[in-house]
Amino acid sequence: MAIPGQKELTHMEEFMEGIWKQNPVFVMVLGMCPVMAVTVSAVNALSMGLATAFVLTCSTLLVSLIRNLVPKEVRIATYIVIIATFVTVTDYLIQAISLTLYDALGAFIQLIVVNCMILGRAEAHASKNPPLRTVISSLGMGLGFTIGLFALGSVREILGAGKLFGVPLFGPDFQPWVVMVLPPGGFFVLGSWLLLFNWLKGRKVEGSLVKTAEGHSHA
Amino acid sequence: MNTPAPVLTSSKAMILTLGLVATLCGILIVSAYQGTLSAVNANKRIRLERAVFKVIPGAATMKEFVATPSGIEPAGANVAADAVKFYVAYDKAGALKGIAAEAGSTGYSSVVRVMYAYDPAKQAITGIGVISMNETPGIGDRILTDKAFLDNFKDLDVSLAPDMKALAHEVKTVKHGTKQHPWEIDAISGATVTSKAVGRGINSSTQRLLPLLVPNIKKLRGE
Repeated sequence: MAIPGQKELTHMEEFMEGIWKQNPVFVMVLGMCPVMAVTVSAVNALSMGLATAFVLTCSTLLVSLIRNLVPKEVRIATYIVIIATFVTVTDYLIQAISLTLYDALGAFIQLIVVNCMILGRAEAHASKNPPLRTVISSLGMGLGFTIGLFALGSVREILGAGKLFGVPLFGPDFQPWVVMVLPPGGFFVLGSWLLLFNWLKGRKVEGSLVKTAEGHSHA
Repeated sequence: MNTPAPVLTSSKAMILTLGLVATLCGILIVSAYQGTLSAVNANKRIRLERAVFKVIPGAATMKEFVATPSGIEPAGANVAADAVKFYVAYDKAGALKGIAAEAGSTGYSSVVRVMYAYDPAKQAITGIGVISMNETPGIGDRILTDKAFLDNFKDLDVSLAPDMKALAHEVKTVKHGTKQHPWEIDAISGATVTSKAVGRGINSSTQRLLPLLVPNIKKLRGE
């Protein structure tokens, strides 16, 4: 995005944007529907994250390739058709990989098409940037989304079922905290993660403020 | 700022763009479908076999059959609307090992689909396995693990009435701890809705299948 006065990001910075500064789950809080629904276990969360990342990367690449050909009046319709295509492709691929996984993710594979993060990235980034930069940014975003889902999924599986990746972590006497794998648990865990991230961010801002203040007083 | 007058795009360009993009996407989808079709079908086949072999231990091969009012036949491409599908499992020597069929009913938050094994000699259900369900974790999903509940299906009576038209006794799910007859299922305390769904599914499936199947059971043995 060529905003005047802002220097262009390097490719590395572009990649890191999605993972940290603009993490779709923890910073932008985008696409919360699958975040809440499928993060009952680490495996589900990881596969959902990777599926979304795949759709995101493929569709933004195509959007970026045809960005100069699409009239602006029909751009959203074009993007949706492209996204829906890759969602369908992903749907078939997951069925071919594992039906158990397909059943566990249920309707949320098809619902990737309405993940606002993907349309948002196609419109805000891919339609204005060359293919390489788009792919790098989408990989970062996709990875950031996957990390976000995994952060929720692993915590919910550990607390709600006493397992991680299906492997029991505690003894047989462990009483699972069932609410954590139910919908309210999703909100509890997401809330806690957001709290943690904002607290970390707040501390960083405070720290830099103190530093600048010190710098000024010394000067 | 002097904004230039908006340039109107011609309808032709818009139609052309959308048409081209849609065509490209169509080709992508069709090739993905064709490319994964054999793998998806193989997966479905494996899942079905696993479900059948789980409820009929010792089975080595299985065949799909349909039962219709006119008899039983191997499942073909065109299946009649009133046909009931079932699976026949054979052991390594090729002898009839057992019969399995699917049952489904709506539970608390999803359709609970189970595979049950039917033993023609005992006229009883000898085991069940859940194919798919999405019941509340920790509550309804205990039908997968609750040993006392699964014991209900080790020898569940589904013998036919003398007229061969229906079961002698309907399969029924009863409140936890009140099971008295071999055709009753003792519900899981706290997960009654899901337990009842299993019972209801098995009842309606056996009511449909067994009157068609039992008179023809000799045919299966002979093959």
